[in-house]
Amino acid sequence: MTDLTNFTLVDLVKGIKNKDFSSEEITKSFIKNAESSDKLNTYITKCFDEALLSAKNFDKKNKPSGLLPGIPIAVKDMFCTKNVKTTAGSKILNNFLPTYESTVTNKLWFEGAFLLGKLNCDEFAMGSSNETSFFGNVTNPFGEKIVPGGSSGGSASALAANLTPATIGTDTGGSIRQPASFTGTVGLKPTYGRCSRWGIVAFASSLDQAGPLTKTVEDCALLFQAISGYDPKDSTSINIKVNNFSSNLTETVNNLTIGIPKEYRVENMPVEIDKLWKKGIDFLKDAGVVIKDISLPHTMYALPTYYIVAPAEASSNLARYDGVKYGHRSKGNNLIEMYENTRSEGFGDEVKRRILIGTYVLSSGYYDAYYLKAQKVRKLIKEDFDKAFKNVDAILTPSTPSSAFKIGEKKDDPVSMYLNDIFTVPVNLAGLPAISIPSGYDKNNLPLGLQLIGKPFDEQMILNLSLALQKRINFKRNIKAWWK
Amino acid sequence: MVEVMSENKFDYFIKGEKNKWEVIIGLEVHAQVLSKSKLFSSSSTKFGAEPNTQVSLVDSALPGMLPVINQFCIEQSIKTGLGLKAKINRHSVFDRKNYFYADLPQGYQISQYKNPIVGEGEVILDMPYGTKKIGIERLHLEQDAGKSIHDMDLENTFVDLNRSGIALMEIVSKPDLRSPEEVNAYVKKLRSIMRYLATCDGNMQEGSLRADVNVSVRKVGEKKYGTRCEIKNVNSIKFMQMAIEHEAKRQVKLLEDGKAVDQETRLFDTKKNITKSMRLKEEAHDYRYFPDPDLLPLKIDKSLIDKLRKTLPELPDEKKDRFIKNHNISAYEANILISEKEISDYYEEVIKHADKKLAANWIIGDLFAVLNRKNLSITRSPVSAKNLSILINLISSGEISGRIAKEVFEIMIEKDDNPKEIVESKGLRQQSDPKELEIIITEILSKNNEKVVQYRNGKEKLFVFFVGQIMKSSGGRANPKLVNEILKSKLK
Amino acid sequence: MSIDKETIKHISKLARISLDEKQVDNLSKDLSSIIKFIEKLNKLNTDDIEPLTSIIDASLRFRKDEILEGKIREQILKNSPEKNEEFFVVPKVVE
Repeated sequence: MTDLTNFTLVDLVKGIKNKDFSSEEITKSFIKNAESSDKLNTYITKCFDEALLSAKNFDKKNKPSGLLPGIPIAVKDMFCTKNVKTTAGSKILNNFLPTYESTVTNKLWFEGAFLLGKLNCDEFAMGSSNETSFFGNVTNPFGEKIVPGGSSGGSASALAANLTPATIGTDTGGSIRQPASFTGTVGLKPTYGRCSRWGIVAFASSLDQAGPLTKTVEDCALLFQAISGYDPKDSTSINIKVNNFSSNLTETVNNLTIGIPKEYRVENMPVEIDKLWKKGIDFLKDAGVVIKDISLPHTMYALPTYYIVAPAEASSNLARYDGVKYGHRSKGNNLIEMYENTRSEGFGDEVKRRILIGTYVLSSGYYDAYYLKAQKVRKLIKEDFDKAFKNVDAILTPSTPSSAFKIGEKKDDPVSMYLNDIFTVPVNLAGLPAISIPSGYDKNNLPLGLQLIGKPFDEQMILNLSLALQKRINFKRNIKAWWK
Repeated sequence: MVEVMSENKFDYFIKGEKNKWEVIIGLEVHAQVLSKSKLFSSSSTKFGAEPNTQVSLVDSALPGMLPVINQFCIEQSIKTGLGLKAKINRHSVFDRKNYFYADLPQGYQISQYKNPIVGEGEVILDMPYGTKKIGIERLHLEQDAGKSIHDMDLENTFVDLNRSGIALMEIVSKPDLRSPEEVNAYVKKLRSIMRYLATCDGNMQEGSLRADVNVSVRKVGEKKYGTRCEIKNVNSIKFMQMAIEHEAKRQVKLLEDGKAVDQETRLFDTKKNITKSMRLKEEAHDYRYFPDPDLLPLKIDKSLIDKLRKTLPELPDEKKDRFIKNHNISAYEANILISEKEISDYYEEVIKHADKKLAANWIIGDLFAVLNRKNLSITRSPVSAKNLSILINLISSGEISGRIAKEVFEIMIEKDDNPKEIVESKGLRQQSDPKELEIIITEILSKNNEKVVQYRNGKEKLFVFFVGQIMKSSGGRANPKLVNEILKSKLK
Repeated sequence: MSIDKETIKHISKLARISLDEKQVDNLSKDLSSIIKFIEKLNKLNTDDIEPLTSIIDASLRFRKDEILEGKIREQILKNSPEKNEEFFVVPKVVE
């Protein structure tokens, strides 16, 4: 029997509708794969018994409807799932059982899918390598000692290793796109406000967005359509129509203009990345696209800006983890001691670092010099894009400044870890949609991605361009399951 | 800023050993908004519910929860701002005020820092020494905190989040107040305005109105402000006044002893009647305010402000001016009648069918005397407005005299009967038939011939004697005015 | 600008996170290098720039004043590490 775990999401949906195979068969295949892949450490919580039950019920009912009928999907452990442990990769939420379901995951179940499990991630989504999770590191299927990227490392790794047909993650500074690039998969961060944040453990409120991680661009369009939509429970959710992104997907992109920003050609850029970037440009030209050189002059200030704004918001968003209402509580002789011990024991080092930086940049005497300044620079960064988009339809850049690095390689130097996000962070600061698609391999046979950045709410455009590129790049994800 | 319009002069000063000191007071009043649901969540705001039964997922700050603002709370703040004659800011921002406490589930309070919804306004006080304008600095919206209960358990604190998230209006005054009496008048006026507007019920016992008091002192004649202390958690006007007086004296003593006043937060100990420093448990609070990224800036349409302005009821000051101008009652009386919405409602009900001046007199005099005696508010008046109105009409029409009316009123206090029926059943109707009166008067005069002669010879004091006899003979029911007329003519 | 140990102790108090001496040491180093990285922003003159107030070009949406939530005490208290039937229970504040 063909290995169903190799199928794309679109093909699985087609097959279910055609009755080529059952939901139970699909689910059993993925469960079998997942159960023999603990070495990758992608799953924090496995919901295999319940998933099997859901699959059987689906098959019994025999009424496939919705965009994802009978499809088992594992999601990043930042999404609150009703009665299923939700940890955000942290000790402080190690025993947390939400009594509610996040809007985005609810939309998945509404479209006919069901929960396969909760996937590992950097603690509170803070990290670029999935090395900060309380539940241990995640390994990249491309190599035993290689990071999968982060913070949606568990999601990207599980996807690439065929432990889930597709998945959703969250992206605050690149946490979907960078792991997609490191694992040869497709990752989309929607426009800020496109998907609801209700029920997602908050990291940095003005930057967080949920988004799909999939094997192909077609899968990405389908999953993106399923999770998008206005939510009145989220005051930052935008009331804009959800188009038929999946059926409107086309590779006809001639006469579109793509911008190539010169500031993204950074010092000491690995030759392979430059080569793949050029190749991408050529492929797009081949598809009839007009290429234009553009300038985004404030690009170099994006990372420092991000590392002020994100920790500042996080320091406030994580104040609710105090041991009073839920989560881990440590002993203390009085309230303050209880707080201090709880948060000291409950949070890992990277989270502590970011909370403290965030507290510092908001503190009395420093607010103007840091936080206020960062919000001004953020305005300039956004204006760079606004100006550029007057002349181009989309922007093409590499996704990451390198391929996946070794586990432990950057752990001792937080700043060198932060530099991973150099191409992805400006997008979150400007609230724009962006997608990473696999573009090729480096000399170590590790995947590299290309990023397409679009205008606000113009995800269709970058999906179409991605499809045109995908067809021409013809990327093959050849992974031997060494972890089984 | 005192316009002395009457003989009474402002004279609240602290007389220290060496100098005369002025007391500078500013108030931050926290008023709970009257609304069905909370500011950023749709749980109920009703007072007195079982613990933690009016708490939603958002209120308890569970992971992933987000705030959505209540339109009605915004409108209530705008209305209050209009009632304070204040500038409504078309653009305002919600900020997070970050600190940790057991009854603050988010670890921050959503408040407004540099861009409040309402700007500068004023409140006018009527003091014995004239009217005084108290400046309002600003009004902003913020979340109320939950309740920490410390005395139910020896080792632990219990937390109830019912109150957490209820909308509060924080009204900050300029430091224009100068005495405990002015503070009393200010709080009562603010409360009255909000009750007229139905934007806050002003119930201090239930905690829907609280204040933090800022006090400093300076030598009379000094222009610079002294260092101020903030007194928190004073939950009644009486305690506010006591706290202010104590704190001012404390500061004066320090300064006259050559010491400095430390800027700090203090608590008022109601048993010992002193203020105590909170400094030991009060760490340096750095609230790290920043705009709440879960909320967008608040933009208010001019059309909304105009619409709300049109719906405003008549405010106490306007009502007072109208009463003085059109009802021929004094400023003093008008002030009392508008001091509580319930009183002006009662008065306006009475005067629908009765004389305004008489109504004012009867309410302020006779009715208030009864209410004070029985410790009742006017909403539980034993005499209804309708019946008082009927009583007053009986006087105006001459059916009963003022004196008889007082008798009837006493009966009405026990049983709120229609005064017409009381007059009927007790036969108290005033005797106003001139023919009947003539008979009585003639009889009295004929019985007292010598006195008539004495009167006609100049002993004018006897007039009163005749009137008394006539009244006695008529059982007090003779119409005094007619008696006077007829008697005078008969005695010529 | 570097962040010394006293500053680390101060901000950790604000953030209610207890740290031992070794952690204070490490964090002082880490945060100093992060701040150095962040201070690149000082090169940019932003005197005439208005700060970004929201990434979305929209204003706050309003909600109707209705009671739609509450009466879920069991759910609210369910995950609390220490509670009784009615309240969250926490150690006392030092008086």
